[in-house]
Amino acid sequence: METEVIIIGGGLTGTTLACGLAAQGIQTVVIDRIAPVDGVSPSFDGRASAIAQSSKIALDGIGLWPVVQGKTEPIREIRVSDGPSLLFLHYDHADIGDAPLGYMIENRDIRAGLLHLTQETTGLTIAAPAEIVEMHRDDSMACVSLKDGRTINGQLIVAADGRGSATRKTAGIDVTGWAYKQNAIVATIDHTVSHQGIAHERFLASGPFAILPLREGYRSSLVWTERTALVNSFMALDDDAFLNEIAERIGGFLGNLSLVGPRFQYPLGLQVATSYTDTRLALVGDAAHGIHPIAGQGLNLGLRDAAALIDIIVDAKRYGLDLAHHAGLERYQRWRRADNLLMAGMTDVLNRLFSNDVRPVKVALDVGLATVNNLPPLKKTFMRHAIGQVGDLPKLMRGEAPG
Amino acid sequence: MVTTSLFNQQLGPASSRDQQEIDNFSAQADSWWDPSGPFAPLHRLNPTRVRILADLFAGHFCRSLGETGPFSGLSLTDVGCGGGLVTEPFARLGFDVIGLDASEENIATARGHAEVSGLKIAYHVGAPEDKNSPDGPFDAVVALEVVEHVSDIRTFIDSLTEKVGPNGILVLSTINRTLKSMALAKLAAEYILRWVPAGTHTWSKFVKPSELTHHLSHSGFTVRAIQGMGYDLATGEWQPCDDVSVNYVIAAVRT
Repeated sequence: METEVIIIGGGLTGTTLACGLAAQGIQTVVIDRIAPVDGVSPSFDGRASAIAQSSKIALDGIGLWPVVQGKTEPIREIRVSDGPSLLFLHYDHADIGDAPLGYMIENRDIRAGLLHLTQETTGLTIAAPAEIVEMHRDDSMACVSLKDGRTINGQLIVAADGRGSATRKTAGIDVTGWAYKQNAIVATIDHTVSHQGIAHERFLASGPFAILPLREGYRSSLVWTERTALVNSFMALDDDAFLNEIAERIGGFLGNLSLVGPRFQYPLGLQVATSYTDTRLALVGDAAHGIHPIAGQGLNLGLRDAAALIDIIVDAKRYGLDLAHHAGLERYQRWRRADNLLMAGMTDVLNRLFSNDVRPVKVALDVGLATVNNLPPLKKTFMRHAIGQVGDLPKLMRGEAPG
Repeated sequence: MVTTSLFNQQLGPASSRDQQEIDNFSAQADSWWDPSGPFAPLHRLNPTRVRILADLFAGHFCRSLGETGPFSGLSLTDVGCGGGLVTEPFARLGFDVIGLDASEENIATARGHAEVSGLKIAYHVGAPEDKNSPDGPFDAVVALEVVEHVSDIRTFIDSLTEKVGPNGILVLSTINRTLKSMALAKLAAEYILRWVPAGTHTWSKFVKPSELTHHLSHSGFTVRAIQGMGYDLATGEWQPCDDVSVNYVIAAVRT
């Protein structure tokens, strides 16, 4: 079949990109090994994501936000503390205007919303489940052959196939980075006292422990960063014992706790692709960069990649240019790599500073962050970074038509 | 031998062909579509000049970019089309396009690429003043980065203007003949940055906007727009700019 853009990987970033392109009249095919309905099951992805304000605007632009809005919880405050009691940094959305600091949503709700949107969108084909047997890219065209015999011709291939991107490897693009010797244990809990839209991040010796508010006040997503050596023993605990470990880290402010659904664990590492592009190829999302979840920015970076690429592709289409023209792909790489590296660096430094139990370092950090808290301009700068209001934003993220 | 060259000069019709230039391009014809090959600088410039032209055409023909095939029903000829870097975008935008180039090798590359890209483009080998070259009239005649490579600019411009239809538009782009263009387009691009092979350009053949305007008015054309293009070292991108002292685009219509 003939198309314009071929996206490999039907995850959050890839499918959002596909919907955004199709909405602009760009013929798009998404290829994934897994059937879309399987991605929505509770056992597939237990994570929740923080959607920054700029990401929300972009999702609104492609029509996803109205579909998932009922599943989101606005983050009104972020409280950062050293252990369960000592509060040293407090972000309140009222400091920077009326909008919330971001929105929490469970990934499976985003996946369900995207599935609904793909079914409503014309010009978008989902080839899944499907297996790629051959891929060809040259100065004239790109082509993907599937095991079921189908051949898809297009102008641009987008690798949205995650951290271990096979497309990236096949293209011979290396990654640099390191493992954190930490894993994230992810679980969802119900609690008897409302979270009141407040996100908590506790810096414990093993790493950051985040309590993130989900919709309707009495459910939260936990991201418990733990040393890799200890993760398996925590994961092997029965529910009661696991819940006790959690309750010990949370304290009593949410009332009685109960587990919802399975727990998950993910190895953590920092990884950046040495190039974001090749002939008729662009890398987006985790295929291009993987960062520590400490700041809840991974998905937001992927969405920014997608929105930037939509700008570049729509501009090319408008002017009759090859959608994979070299100057456009170079622009994409220059645009996104700088922003992603900055965030990768910030999260890396934050994690290294806080994942320790060395008293003098902790005291210095407390003093430093208390200083930030008492200097409104500096704090606002930090907050704008977190909610995605800095840098050269793609048009979708400014609430404008792409291109 | 002397007789032959005398014969060509005296009896042949006026020609804009410069055989040395044609041979230079023919030798590299396989590389037109390689964005990191000898035509890499043109690949950088191309999106910018295509955007400028498309915006000019949208204004001139009252068409709206962003719609499917905004220029459908209109004809365009791309003179000195090379491998088709400009020809293809305008075919995608809906123009009925004819590409013309004096190098057979260039036309072979252009035909091959258009076929793979699934674009319907008619390509002809020849110079615009040739008897058998497509007469038009065309709604749009373009010759981008060509006038600095022809031997007789007056003959060339005359033959282009003859192909422009009554309400048509002629667009040229080239390099100005200034100290700045000597430094940037000739010395820096060929000998320092090595963007293009040394000898690609001859500075004395660069054309001032006033000279183009003069030739155009001689053919009964008035300049409607002139637009500079500048290379931004920080981003590696070309941008439209007010400075016409190096690269510029000039658009003209019948007076």
